[in-house]
Amino acid sequence: MMSFSFNIFRVGISFVMMCVFYKSAVDSLSELSPQKYFSTLQPGKASLAYFCQADSPRTSVFLEELNEAVKPLQDYGISVAKVNCVKEETSRYCGKEKDLVRAYLFRGNILLREFPTDTLFDVNAIVAHVLFTEDIENAHLYFFHCKQVLDLTEQCRRTLMEPPLTTLNIHRFIKTMEAPLLTEVAEDPQQVSTVHLQLGLPLVFIVSQQATYEADRRTAEWVAWRLLGKAGVLLLLRDSLEVDIPLHANVVFRRAEEGVPVEFLVLHDIDLIISRVESNMHIEEIQEDGDEDMGSPDMDIQDDEVAETVYRDRKRRLPLELTVELTEETFNATVVASDSIVLFYAGWQAVSMAFLQSYIDLAIKLKGTSSMLLTRVNCADWPDLCTKQNVTEFPVVKMYKEGKSPVSYPGMLGTEDLLKFIQLNRISCPVNITSVQEAEEYLSGELYKDLISYSSVSVLGLFSPNMTTAKEDFTEAGNYLKGCVITGIYSEDDVLILSHKYAATLPALLLARHKEGEIESIPLANSPAQDIVQIITDALLETFPEITVENLPIYLRLQKPLFILFSDGSINPQYKKAILMLVNEKHLDSLTPCWLNLKNTPVGRGILEAYFDALPPLPLLVMVNLHSGGQVFAFPSDQAITEQNLLLWLKKLEAGLESHITILPAQEWKPPLPAYDFLSMMDAAASHHPTRKDPECAKETDAQENEKKHEDKSAFRKEPIETLRIKHWNRSNLFKEGGKSFKHDNKEL
Amino acid sequence: MGFSAAARLWGPPGLLLTFAFHPALCLRAAQTSAPPHRDYCVLGAGPAGLQMAYFLQRAGRDYAVFERAPRPGSFFTRYPRHRKLISINKRHTGKANAEFNLRHDWNSLLSHDPGLLFRHYSRAYFPDAGDMVRYLGDFADRLGLHVLYNTTIAHVTLHKDRQAWNGHYFILTDRKGHAHRCGVLFVATGLSVPNQVDFPGSEYVEGYESVSVDPKDFEGQNVLILGRGNSAFETAENILGVTNFIHMLSRSRVRLSWATHYVGDLRAINNGLLDTYQLKSLDGLLESDLTDLAVVKDREGKFHVTLKFFLEEGNQSADTITLPQDDNDNFAMRVAYDRVIRCLGWNFDFSIFNESLRLSSGGEFSKKYPLVKASYESKGSRGLFVLGTASHSVDYRKSAGGFIHGFRYTVRAVHRLLEHRHHDVAWPSTQHPISQLTSSIVRRVNEASGLYQMFGVLADVVLLKENAAAFEYLEEFPMQMLAQLETITGRKARHGLFVINMEYGRNFSGPDKDVFFYDRSVGHTEDAWQSNFLHPVIYYYRHLPTEQEVRFRPADWALPRPTAIHHIVEDFLTDWTAPVGHILPLRRFLENCLDTDLRSFYAESCFLFALTHQKLPPFCQQGYLRMQGLVGTETLRRHGVESGLLRDYTIVGRRREDQGQGPLSSSRAPGPPVQPLDSNKEEL
Repeated sequence: MMSFSFNIFRVGISFVMMCVFYKSAVDSLSELSPQKYFSTLQPGKASLAYFCQADSPRTSVFLEELNEAVKPLQDYGISVAKVNCVKEETSRYCGKEKDLVRAYLFRGNILLREFPTDTLFDVNAIVAHVLFTEDIENAHLYFFHCKQVLDLTEQCRRTLMEPPLTTLNIHRFIKTMEAPLLTEVAEDPQQVSTVHLQLGLPLVFIVSQQATYEADRRTAEWVAWRLLGKAGVLLLLRDSLEVDIPLHANVVFRRAEEGVPVEFLVLHDIDLIISRVESNMHIEEIQEDGDEDMGSPDMDIQDDEVAETVYRDRKRRLPLELTVELTEETFNATVVASDSIVLFYAGWQAVSMAFLQSYIDLAIKLKGTSSMLLTRVNCADWPDLCTKQNVTEFPVVKMYKEGKSPVSYPGMLGTEDLLKFIQLNRISCPVNITSVQEAEEYLSGELYKDLISYSSVSVLGLFSPNMTTAKEDFTEAGNYLKGCVITGIYSEDDVLILSHKYAATLPALLLARHKEGEIESIPLANSPAQDIVQIITDALLETFPEITVENLPIYLRLQKPLFILFSDGSINPQYKKAILMLVNEKHLDSLTPCWLNLKNTPVGRGILEAYFDALPPLPLLVMVNLHSGGQVFAFPSDQAITEQNLLLWLKKLEAGLESHITILPAQEWKPPLPAYDFLSMMDAAASHHPTRKDPECAKETDAQENEKKHEDKSAFRKEPIETLRIKHWNRSNLFKEGGKSFKHDNKEL
Repeated sequence: MGFSAAARLWGPPGLLLTFAFHPALCLRAAQTSAPPHRDYCVLGAGPAGLQMAYFLQRAGRDYAVFERAPRPGSFFTRYPRHRKLISINKRHTGKANAEFNLRHDWNSLLSHDPGLLFRHYSRAYFPDAGDMVRYLGDFADRLGLHVLYNTTIAHVTLHKDRQAWNGHYFILTDRKGHAHRCGVLFVATGLSVPNQVDFPGSEYVEGYESVSVDPKDFEGQNVLILGRGNSAFETAENILGVTNFIHMLSRSRVRLSWATHYVGDLRAINNGLLDTYQLKSLDGLLESDLTDLAVVKDREGKFHVTLKFFLEEGNQSADTITLPQDDNDNFAMRVAYDRVIRCLGWNFDFSIFNESLRLSSGGEFSKKYPLVKASYESKGSRGLFVLGTASHSVDYRKSAGGFIHGFRYTVRAVHRLLEHRHHDVAWPSTQHPISQLTSSIVRRVNEASGLYQMFGVLADVVLLKENAAAFEYLEEFPMQMLAQLETITGRKARHGLFVINMEYGRNFSGPDKDVFFYDRSVGHTEDAWQSNFLHPVIYYYRHLPTEQEVRFRPADWALPRPTAIHHIVEDFLTDWTAPVGHILPLRRFLENCLDTDLRSFYAESCFLFALTHQKLPPFCQQGYLRMQGLVGTETLRRHGVESGLLRDYTIVGRRREDQGQGPLSSSRAPGPPVQPLDSNKEEL
């Protein structure tokens, strides 16, 4: 017995079919051969055909259900047929395997859809699937409750199906329509089982007592009508119940999910019960949404490594007292009274706070040994002071020395580099050397023994006493390089002793490389200060440096491909020798030869991983064309690193005979994640109200289309979540929200 | 209208009018010998006039301030009548940040001298008007501002001259007949003419400006007060305890400032009468249009309220005039009053300005303000700017432009505009690499007072440089002039811009709004656009909007529709520095507008990127590559490894199979450190 009918309300037109009762399967399933079947198809008419091998026994249950679907589908003008695939006629719909049986929906001769029979598990599913395919997107589905109506002139009660018209939803909807409206139970709510639970719908128990049974039943029926299709409603008879339920609880709520304990509630308003169920539904929807979102990451998760690490460290107390905190009142007096390093930072800024830790580490290192006062200014507290000191970004380190204008620290924001800067600033640069003997001590590194670990090179400018301009230029350059390298100046009458000894034509520079124990002389013919700076900085570059995190940027400035030897530990002297030979023979002039010690620079492993699929055995030589093309070439690991082999390889590289092992990605750095699209959310909210038309809107959208592909998608999905989330939140405040009315009366007309 | 910050300098108009006639003679005489010239003239040494004088002085400009009285701030010598300013003098905020603290100091003018903060002049939260007079006097003296006291300008005319900056000079003639020629004229005379409503019997009404302030004079009286602003309530407050009852009559319903978020509406400190009315203590509020009313005096000298309409019925004696209660015996105001007091606010004094200046009234709100553009320049004559309280037509009932704590910033904006217009000094700005963008915005929204006070009027502007590699930051630009930004500031906006404004929620403020409703605050970052309390809003435009777009922007939008918009979620403490709640969503917004990655990285990460990518994220480019990488400490590195954002490379040879699927391994990014580097190869 079918006790329902579908009514489809299309936009504009509505054709309501007030079907009342009809006898079961008057029209039975027609059985045809494929050829016959296809000849019956009429243009514009839909037809559902089930193709089966003759005598297939497994299909009998399905056939019964299909038989049941004939009548309701016919009501929509959809014919149903069983097509027997006989041997004589081959149809591609018949399939080859015996088991493979399928149903097809045609309109005219056009195949609309193919259904595996397991999706058509019962009559409801068949009807729902077929109708759903028949484009009912703009339709509303009503269930007319005409069973109870005895007088045909009376209108049937009807229920609108609210969820989207998907097959599963229609199936679930019809199932619940058929279930009893209200069930009385007297057992543990946790044990009760109804069709609703199987359909993933929650159960609502209205707790009743004998004394108020009639009223409770009326309430429960009312609730049941309101929740039809959304939850099962049961009347729980407390008096005949064996399990204890809380004294004041009048509603028991049980979710469909297994293992979730039932909730005992005290609700004094039917609307609250309804909203309880509905908010629960929304959570489910969110979860469904969440499933779809799998893989699209949470925008609220920190992906900035500096911000995250600083945040994780927020509860650790730093020994800030090792540095002097300055204020607007104390700043001037302090920096005048003693030579000071000032860190300008902002307490809310992660980069500042990360550096503050290094700064404190520096203070620990220097504790009691330095004449330099380490101070700090939190610009979040003293903006005027920072502005006055020309600090508009954070963090900034400045050195204040008596009688001199403050110097900004230009180096890496780390303990070691700042320490070097402070130490090298202990002496004035260029330092005035007054005797040949002192000059020799200076060049040998004896004079500033404790400083040469910070400056591997000492620079000495040699001038005749009358070379005033040259001396000024050099002094300027020395000043500029202060904190970075030690410079000295010698211009006594006996300067020729030195110039002869080191074969330098005055004016000249002597460069003492302490590690190598070499002294090199460079002529300085009328070089302006800027050029002198350049000469010195160039001289500071090593011919075959160990590349580190700290020094890589200097070598990158040369804009040459890197020729890197990766070594796990110190470099093999043989290799070094081979490469230095190549350098000396000028074979590596177009490259920056260097080596990387994985012990000192473990991140080198990350680099090798990027170059090779598996971490290769070390040592390993690669050529990285960073600045043009990004190709990475690897020196064959089966060859020995000898001068000859390298030279051969370089020749091949030059001739384009070597193929790269990888090319470094050249993409720009894009936003790691999308942002909230508030504009769309605002638009969506505005369009819910009948509001002004925004003439810009269309134009803007076009213009943004390209950029916003990603965002639009997320915003589209986000808007419903938005409103849902608010409801979700309300749910937790259910008891405070008594006044809120939920209007869903349209379900019952 | 509050008195608090109002700069009403000029006294009753009578005096001025007297002299308005005769200077015409002197004027002619003055023109023959060229009058002394000033580039800038300021009318009025009230707070706005002094504030402008300060900026002119600091810039080394040729200027003079003309003041009628012998000392600055003469308005405050008389008003408010009951001497209590309702502009807060919050001396403690728990913060040292001077700029932030100005958010809660509604009385100080801007200067470089921290001694010239109002907190040094009064300890009272609602200070005495006398302290304001003292403060303004000190401000003028200590900064050595050029104020010509005892100089009443009686007449202002326009003199066309091609040499002049604006094609004309402003000729100011004082009461002694001396003329002054000005290139630019600032009118900072406040609102000085009491607003009078004309109705039969209005002659029986006492004005706020002259009514007794001694409660003894009201003992046992029935008092009717006309008006519903702060002056009306202030007057009522003073006599609440001694009268029989007070009735308060006005056209519109009471507007409570805590509901409208407009400081000029009725402040809670004055609202005692609302309390007694609603608690049935005989006092009451009534709504009616005053122009329909009439007041008649009976033989005992008591006043009766009737309708103008009844008086028109014929010539009747006081006792025979029809009263409303004759027809409606329960008419509310059927009782006789001992006093009727008018507290209807003030209007701008137009009388001294010659017609040629075309300084007209009639903004959209009322006639009380002269008509000005969003740049505070008169619509009638170029080079004439209205400052201070009189400039409030720009943001009347919206923001704080009519009060010291607001117009001290709009005055600065006008000064900056003129520095560019006449002296080729571009609008001050700072330039930064793009990696500093998030920080620059976070800093300003957390401390800037101008943005906070003048929300919806002054906004910060970020002008992007080519390829969005750097930006210029401009503070407190009058946002309604956005389309003219390039000409006003001398800065170029060729590559897109951000505008940073502060806003209340769209539908939050209003006289009938319940601002205490449940759920009024928003806590989740994705709901930020629904924030109700004042919060930062950032607009992104790919191109500078046009004048048309600004003028015809959607209703209730502060600016034209942007390409994208971001709201930083409202914060109970107005502290928008939470790393995840505030800064992270802001960064994501900026990143998506600029299509780049604005994260910060440790030097080691930059090192890795430098050797494994052809391009670097801006932070590495602008820091690490310039030898200014962030090294970090061992502790931080450990946190990084724990969080999965950093890798521990000392663990030899182990690949991170497990870390590759982290939420951050987005295929869109070329390779943040969490991402397995081999994923890049797939893209090759």
